[in-house]
Amino acid sequence: MARTVTTQRKTLNTALAWAVGLLIFFPIFWTILTSFKTEAQAIASPPIFLNFEWTLENYAIVQERSDYMRFLWNSVIIAGGSTVLGVIVAIPAAWAMAFVPSKRTKDILLWMLSTKMLPAVGVLYPIYLLFIQLGLLDSRGGLVVVLMLINLPIIVWMLYTYFREIPGEILEAARMDGATLKEEILYILTPMAIPGIASTVLLNFILAWNEAFWTLNLTAVDAAPLTAFIASYSSPEGLFFAKLSAASTMAIAPILILGWFSQKQLVRGLTFGAVK
Amino acid sequence: MYLRNALRAATAMTLVATAAANADTLTIATVNNGDMIRMQGYTDKFTEATGIDVEWVTLEENVLRQRVTTDITTKGGTFDIMTIGMYETPIWGANGWLVPLDGLSEEYDVGDILPAMAGGLSHDGTLFAAPFYGESSMIMYRTDLMEKAGMEMPDAPTWQFIKEAAAAMTDRDAEINGICLRGKAGWGEGGAFITAMSNSFGARWFDEEWKPQFDQPEWADTLNFYVEMMNESGPAGYATNGFNENLSLFQQGKCGMWIDATVAASFVTNPNDSTVADHVGFALAPDTGLGKRSNWLWAWALAIPAGTQQEDAAKQFIEWATSKDYIELVAESEGWANVPPGARTSLYENPEYQKVPFSKMTLDSILSADPNSPTVKPVPYVGIQFAAIPEFAGIATQVSQEFSAVYAGQQTVEEALAKAQAFTAEEMEAAGY
Repeated sequence: MARTVTTQRKTLNTALAWAVGLLIFFPIFWTILTSFKTEAQAIASPPIFLNFEWTLENYAIVQERSDYMRFLWNSVIIAGGSTVLGVIVAIPAAWAMAFVPSKRTKDILLWMLSTKMLPAVGVLYPIYLLFIQLGLLDSRGGLVVVLMLINLPIIVWMLYTYFREIPGEILEAARMDGATLKEEILYILTPMAIPGIASTVLLNFILAWNEAFWTLNLTAVDAAPLTAFIASYSSPEGLFFAKLSAASTMAIAPILILGWFSQKQLVRGLTFGAVK
Repeated sequence: MYLRNALRAATAMTLVATAAANADTLTIATVNNGDMIRMQGYTDKFTEATGIDVEWVTLEENVLRQRVTTDITTKGGTFDIMTIGMYETPIWGANGWLVPLDGLSEEYDVGDILPAMAGGLSHDGTLFAAPFYGESSMIMYRTDLMEKAGMEMPDAPTWQFIKEAAAAMTDRDAEINGICLRGKAGWGEGGAFITAMSNSFGARWFDEEWKPQFDQPEWADTLNFYVEMMNESGPAGYATNGFNENLSLFQQGKCGMWIDATVAASFVTNPNDSTVADHVGFALAPDTGLGKRSNWLWAWALAIPAGTQQEDAAKQFIEWATSKDYIELVAESEGWANVPPGARTSLYENPEYQKVPFSKMTLDSILSADPNSPTVKPVPYVGIQFAAIPEFAGIATQVSQEFSAVYAGQQTVEEALAKAQAFTAEEMEAAGY
């Protein structure tokens, strides 16, 4: 018997969802608002909400002081490159685990996930030394590989979950029709898992975009992405909150827009298989 | 044949590109503060004069510290010049990680660097970093509130006077706190303040045998005095206040007094940012009559990591950035109040700079700080608000966390000192002291 939901209940749920959404978005909103204030207005107590003279001065200063486009381009290359590379490596791995599982598949999946529990700083020196030896310091290529490896467990896990929802019989039928392994993955499995792959790509792009530990420690000038751009405006001795907010807004704007346009895909992918 | 020619061409092009990239560009790691950002704006003048390009990597202080430490200890060679402080310089210099700054030109006049700064940036008499700007700490107070309280600030007050003045200036209804001080955990935040304060109470981190001294009465006196005064006259939640939080409170007229870095003077007297710019007075950091004041000494300095391929160009840049000419360049464009302070004796002899309201007090504060004799009793270390040993940063961070827990009311002074003593003793023993 279908459960009936009263209008009152629906309204309450909607209001609650909006309240939670606004609460989560509020820090971002406040950052954007602060970026249009003067430094004095930014630290005013009680805080000024909307009643202030809006200024673009902070954006002008940030633009003049930093080469924003260079940081942005590096972020796009590093986040995009690591995501694409990660998906290329993860699709065959997830296929194997989903359709040809062994006794140890579950253990391997858990072990992969456990590597995410290692504090990054614990391997900073070994990776830094490797980067020196390979000449990869301050290179986008090096960061693409590191971020791909860091996010790989999540990519494999997500794809594995999506692939498990696809009936194995379909792949068997393809095999009986003479499809090779490559054709099976490329032309049968991948198109069927597009929503899952899309949400995996989006989520990992966001994770790589926001990654701050490795991008700050392994870059200097040539490969520095937007995380380094933001870090250059943070100061423990001096109140530069308005400028920092302008820099943060410029750094998150591309990913906010991307998230806004792809939210349907993202939600569908993330809730895939959650309700049966 | 074709392949061989192509390889030759590619090799030649790579060599040319590498040489071009290496010869003319310096990569400098620095902190994000007003003076450093201002210097970045003048870099074009250096490039015009020398043909040497400069690439800046600007980072927040703690991130910078981790970043340059990783690079120099692994000989990464990412940076040609690093901005480091008085804590790192003697340690790194002793380890051979920095290029000695000898052979600087006569016009540079290395003897003009304030002796306290030169001493703190040297190891065994060799200068390893040139101070870009230096600072001590002093009292900044509201002259109007002091007058209203019926008191007069001496040039060199005692802690007892400060405590009484703070109580008299406090007006909770008007949201005015008599005194604002750092309480935030971190060796460079609240840890630096309480260490400098403890010196004036006769406390020390280690005795001559490197034994921790938190079980001595001087430390208990310091912490009890601080907690009592702050609970009575400090702002709510002072356990999490650092430089920026107190600056914000002071600029909004919510602090009667603030004891912190001399560099803050230019912020609190700037009418664009400060609502109390016209009512700020300055005094030396307090003492308890034991012969040591509670001011610290710090410099942000430029150093060259050993192994850089561009030692000569890096020296050229350091000479330019820390020269008398650079100070005059800034003064001409932005006024004397905005020149980098605390590095050169000649600056304080300049009649124009003497007109800047906080110049004398800054110099007096710097001159009254002696990193080689920071406290009343003898110590085996160099440094006022720190001990210049590699283990200090880790130990002091932990100790300052214990102290912040006291400020937040989570434990007693005795408990915090007992934990600090046990932890420090263990770490020092493990480090082989």
